[in-house]
Amino acid sequence: MLASKDNNTQAEEVYEPNTARPADSVYKVDQLNLWYGQDQALKNIELEIPEQQVTAIIGPSGCGKSTFIKTLNRLTEMIPSVKTTGGIYYRNQDIFDKKYKVELLRTKVGMVFQNPNPFPKSIYENIVYGPKIHGIKDKKVLDEIVESSLKGAALWDEVKDDLKKNAFGLSGGQQQRLCIARCLAVEPDVLLMDEPTSALDPISTLKIEELVQDLKKNYSIIIVTHNMQQAGRISDNTAFFLNGEVVEYDRTDKIFSSPDDKRTEDYISGRFG
Amino acid sequence: MKAARQETTITTEERLQEPANLSVREWKNKIFKGIFTAAAGFSLLMLIVLILRIFTQGIGYLDWNLITSFASRNPSDAGILAAFVGTIWLMAVTAPISFILGVGTAIYLEEYANKNRFTSLIQTNISNLAGVPSVVFGLLGLTLFVRELAMGRSIIAGALTMSLLILPIIVVASQEAIRSVPTNLKEASYAMGATNWQTIYRVVLPAALPGILTGNILALSRAIGETAPLIMIGALTYIAFLPENLLSQFTVMPIQIFNWTSRPQEEFHLVAAAGIIVLLAMLLLMNSIAVWIRNKFQRRF
Amino acid sequence: MMADHSNTPIHKMIEEKASKKGMANVTETLMPKFFLVCAIISILTTIGIVFTLVFETFTFFQDVSVVEFITSPDWYPMFQDPDFGIRPLLLGTFTIAFIAMCLAIPVGLASAIYLSEYASDKTRRTVKPVLEVLAGIPTIVYGFFALTFITPLLQTFIPGLAIYNALSPGIVMGIMIIPMVASLSEDAMSAVPQSMRQGAFALGATRLEVSLKVVLPAALSGVIASFVLAISRAVGETMIVTVAGGANPTADLDITSSMQTMTAYIVQMSLGDAGFGTTVYYSIYAVGMTLFIFTLAMNIIAHVISNRFREEY
Repeated sequence: MLASKDNNTQAEEVYEPNTARPADSVYKVDQLNLWYGQDQALKNIELEIPEQQVTAIIGPSGCGKSTFIKTLNRLTEMIPSVKTTGGIYYRNQDIFDKKYKVELLRTKVGMVFQNPNPFPKSIYENIVYGPKIHGIKDKKVLDEIVESSLKGAALWDEVKDDLKKNAFGLSGGQQQRLCIARCLAVEPDVLLMDEPTSALDPISTLKIEELVQDLKKNYSIIIVTHNMQQAGRISDNTAFFLNGEVVEYDRTDKIFSSPDDKRTEDYISGRFG
Repeated sequence: MKAARQETTITTEERLQEPANLSVREWKNKIFKGIFTAAAGFSLLMLIVLILRIFTQGIGYLDWNLITSFASRNPSDAGILAAFVGTIWLMAVTAPISFILGVGTAIYLEEYANKNRFTSLIQTNISNLAGVPSVVFGLLGLTLFVRELAMGRSIIAGALTMSLLILPIIVVASQEAIRSVPTNLKEASYAMGATNWQTIYRVVLPAALPGILTGNILALSRAIGETAPLIMIGALTYIAFLPENLLSQFTVMPIQIFNWTSRPQEEFHLVAAAGIIVLLAMLLLMNSIAVWIRNKFQRRF
Repeated sequence: MMADHSNTPIHKMIEEKASKKGMANVTETLMPKFFLVCAIISILTTIGIVFTLVFETFTFFQDVSVVEFITSPDWYPMFQDPDFGIRPLLLGTFTIAFIAMCLAIPVGLASAIYLSEYASDKTRRTVKPVLEVLAGIPTIVYGFFALTFITPLLQTFIPGLAIYNALSPGIVMGIMIIPMVASLSEDAMSAVPQSMRQGAFALGATRLEVSLKVVLPAALSGVIASFVLAISRAVGETMIVTVAGGANPTADLDITSSMQTMTAYIVQMSLGDAGFGTTVYYSIYAVGMTLFIFTLAMNIIAHVISNRFREEY
């Protein structure tokens, strides 16, 4: 089911809104290469990411895992020297198509970053940021969104009386859950998480991990982590990146119990990284 | 500093010995420390002397009459009303023009421009404009606004000249403020599907606003004290009426002070000193506001 | 196609809004253009300055030959038979700038060394605002100070000192420029990495030796650039010299009597003596052009100096 090679992509028919049959994968990545200036950071990546599961991306620092997750919502474009070749298809839509609006992609694909990055505004304003920029102005609707998003991120009980307070007053773990809630507010399809717990203490980490387990019922989640135990605990599938390449991609239990590749085994068993 | 190469072995006593010239070097250090401290103190001293001197000269003429009277032949009747109102008019027109141009340029350079030759041309151009003497801006204003665009010696001509003069200061300060907005906030906004302008308007500008405002106020306080460019465009030194619209003739406080200073009578110098006190008080007020904004919003990230 | 995961289909609402986003798209394309126009205005300003100066200077040179402008030893524009030799104005400008530098460079540099190498954080936090205040005082105030305080004060030491002279505005201009030299030089010296200082201290060097033999050489390009910028500022300074320097364009290097600078001449003429369209009127542009060329050249030199040696550490 998780063949890391799939040449079945049909770039030509991407504009058909494909509502008839539900796709079983949210992302198909086809021969993706990426350069920062002269340095190649991603080499020939081929992956298919299933919906409503947690897919973990692991690997030592500098292996390209963060770069990879940021190409999935084209955030790498913020760096002027970046060049990309190959294709990424989100729900059969070529995301690099010139006519495709990147804002639309990013509305469907939320992202949580390594360091919690709430806006320097109130908790309420943080949550309604997404809905507001997409044109929802009705105060009642916004209030409902705030409550449901915060509940979805398991933060409601802690902050429901402080919605007008500045988000910077929250603890790091709360800030990170606020950032998750901020993504949930626009009801995305996919959640990208770029080492979401690396800046957090163990208890906050645990809360986020539980939250991820909960969220996968409704969302497809792709999580980058430098923490192999975390990948083992929360993910269904795991991709092992090394030097910009996918070394191995399979069911998480398979990767952790009997990996096919020697390098994966070495990494999993802590011989490097 | 260069250690001489030791060729013989050294005994413990020798190792413990102070270098022969150490006390001389320590003395030198102390003497120079005194000199450096005195140099830094010199500026403080000059500031005190200047302010004390101007206060003792001007305090006798500093009364309500000074602010409510027009200029006069008679020193004891002379006031800065027209100049005071003229300065406020000029600033009220200059502030929005320079704010929009300056912040707009900064946004373009920081958020939209590609790193290409055109962008670096603009950037170099701005830093060179900052070094152009203000009197040259006066020549530009005289030719372009007063004569070519036929605005005459009016407030709008003065305000446009002033706006161009302080533009580089505002651009540089605003760029710094915009650049100091953390990238991860912008990333968060883009990742939510926000467009460029939405990100700038809702995230970057609110976060950079304190820095931008501080820079603008400081630039305006520079403009308030500028004399030469306004003399160039012919802001009058003796007017006994208040400006009524953008095309009115006007004068400003520094020009009125200049006028009094250039007169031979000693009494007018004292009136000038009183005018300087009013000018300095305005500057102090503006700078305090700038510092207040800076401190209040500094620890946001 | 979307996972059904909500009671209130917010994503549906967003999709609907997205389909009729005409107005937002207009803003999205207009804003960058508007900001580009703002940025272009700064270029137009430069073009405007250059064009104005070149054009009016050209008119001036139709009445007065370039050779006379450069070589004639006298500047008597209001005479029946006028002389337009820029030399006296250049001499006045650079003499006064030189006096200013004699004060501003040593005091400014010493202040910078004090602030960067000797002062505690607390002292630095008091001294720097003082420098900022000093730098923010309008130049007309300095001019007033020069004329009504420094000149009379100097007259008690130098009996022959004229009321309008070169010395007094030179000194006051120096005071005004100290903060600029101090803060730019301090920036350069603070940028020297701490490890270089520690290396020298570890060898037993005194603070003075570290400052003068390690930090200052390492920061030299920035320090020299600050000097050049300061000279450029002194050359372009107007009100101090207009108020206290007098209006006597002379090639005589007597700093106790009146000298006229380029800037002071421009102001004096525009105060009313020159009728529009006369040769004298155009002469202010020729002088302005000369001033512009000198200050621009110095700014570029400063820029080159500080850039060339930037990647040293």
